[in-house]
Amino acid sequence: MPFWAEITVTLFLVIAGLFGLVGSYGLVRLPDPMTRLHAPTKATTLGVGGALIASMVFFYATEGRVSTHELLITVFLFLTSPITALFIAKVHLHQRETPDDLPTPAEGTGWAGFAAEGPARGVRDFPPDPAGDTATPEISR
Amino acid sequence: MIGYALTFAIGCFSLGLILNLWRLVRGPNPSDRILALDTMAINAIALLILMGIWLGSAIFFEVSMLFALVGFVSTVSYCRFILRGDIIE
Repeated sequence: MPFWAEITVTLFLVIAGLFGLVGSYGLVRLPDPMTRLHAPTKATTLGVGGALIASMVFFYATEGRVSTHELLITVFLFLTSPITALFIAKVHLHQRETPDDLPTPAEGTGWAGFAAEGPARGVRDFPPDPAGDTATPEISR
Repeated sequence: MIGYALTFAIGCFSLGLILNLWRLVRGPNPSDRILALDTMAINAIALLILMGIWLGSAIFFEVSMLFALVGFVSTVSYCRFILRGDIIE
């Protein structure tokens, strides 16, 4: 393996390990659920990106071909980690906050966790049963 | 030199997995637990990639791709279950 490849792979591996550790440590250390959301979804994703770049350089230096698997995994992770962060934030808003505690959003808009996701979990407004037997509502699929 | 860096990176991500497990056990809210599970999946992907460099085999990319897919889908379905009480409506 050429010397430049060894230097590059080592550098990216060390960066990846540091970022991954910082992300996981932030998940433990930070005080609030909404601030805890920052550390893993950003720092750990960057750490995985560093490991993928190191792997790409390593396999290019040893086998002489550019593999695109790592690019696929990188693109997938960078696409999905904001979506998971948004979903987890919505879960936290839905369960733990009331609209009065939050800052007011822009005119004519509301917070996403309350208006659209109306009823509490597992409880729905079922239409009244025409036979009058309201004790056992059916679960509609 | 790559061996030392690989050992360092594998140690970092393994320590991260232990920290995530602590948050998964301790976490006061369900959102913290979902976040810890998602971070565990991402750390496992990183460990699989480092394992691929260690063994010099390219088969670990498919494994980590599958891990990424399953981790994302499981996180989103868990969030949907808490938000709506159902996953597929």
